[in-house]
Amino acid sequence: MQLTAAQTMITILAVALGAMATRFTPFLLFPEKKEPPKFVAYLGKALPPAMMGLLVVYCLKGVSVINKPHGIPELIAIAVIVALHIWKKNVLLSIGVGTVLYMVLVQAVFC
Amino acid sequence: MTEIKSKKVFQQAFTAAFPHTIPVLTGFLVLGMAYGVLMQTKGYGAVWAVLMSMIAFCGSMQFVAITLLTAAFNPIQAFLLSITVNARHLFYGLSMLEKYKGLGKVRAVLIYTLCDETFSISSSVAPPENIDRKYFYLSISLLDYFYWVLGTFLGSVLGSLITFSTKGLDFVLTALFVVLFLEQMTSRENKISGIIGLAGTGAGLFLFGAENLVIPSMLIILLVLLAGRKRICS
Repeated sequence: MQLTAAQTMITILAVALGAMATRFTPFLLFPEKKEPPKFVAYLGKALPPAMMGLLVVYCLKGVSVINKPHGIPELIAIAVIVALHIWKKNVLLSIGVGTVLYMVLVQAVFC
Repeated sequence: MTEIKSKKVFQQAFTAAFPHTIPVLTGFLVLGMAYGVLMQTKGYGAVWAVLMSMIAFCGSMQFVAITLLTAAFNPIQAFLLSITVNARHLFYGLSMLEKYKGLGKVRAVLIYTLCDETFSISSSVAPPENIDRKYFYLSISLLDYFYWVLGTFLGSVLGSLITFSTKGLDFVLTALFVVLFLEQMTSRENKISGIIGLAGTGAGLFLFGAENLVIPSMLIILLVLLAGRKRICS
């Protein structure tokens, strides 16, 4: 620990305050008693799939195509997840199989 | 009498919500433990790690904040950096305005604990019929919150005792996002918007690099969605 206890506590609160600003702002800007502008209602519907797309890419941002194993474990695992999910439509099955497959690939195949 | 009834309503909602959170249970225990272990190596024991997880509850920013805790004291920088790293929550809030409507005091708790994973589940999964909407969302939020805090605690206390290799287990969260992405690809509008999300973030990654991709990608997505509003809705 480099900081004092008080400094650490203040840092934690500052981080929390920043996080809460991003979480509460939309709800404070558009309170539930008032009808939000039409474009906000539109964004509320259009954003969830787009943000899921963002999260998928965000999770893969550290994968290097140039260095070994060239993102192949991720590619295989995601291809299997997509195929399995279109076939069986079972959320936990797709996630479970995909994760175990990925662990085998990075621990035993591409290591 | 009403208390017993409301308890039962909560139990039913909790039982319906729990299975949806199992992937998060796995992922948060692994990542939360990794966080606890890392904090430990920087000289911050269980109390500090758990406090950070309970009060700030913001996964990736907590990892960034480790560098702040090991540098000169600068709370303003911590606050501004936290806003930047957490900016994606702004769009989660916009997405949940309608779903979190009319839930009374519980709403503040739902907003406080709105993280990537909770947003993913609560925006993709509709509460089943006959299940109380408020308690369903509350169960998902509180379970995910609890997993993260529990993982942090376990990591700080017994992180070094883990002997089997968990390498790759954190991929469970990527898998969760991929599957919930597919789950949202139901209508034509959703498909277009999902592809805009993938392509926009791909463009953000290409143009701004892995470290700074989130805010530029959010702006690209926002502009494309607004510019194509008439076509996407038609």
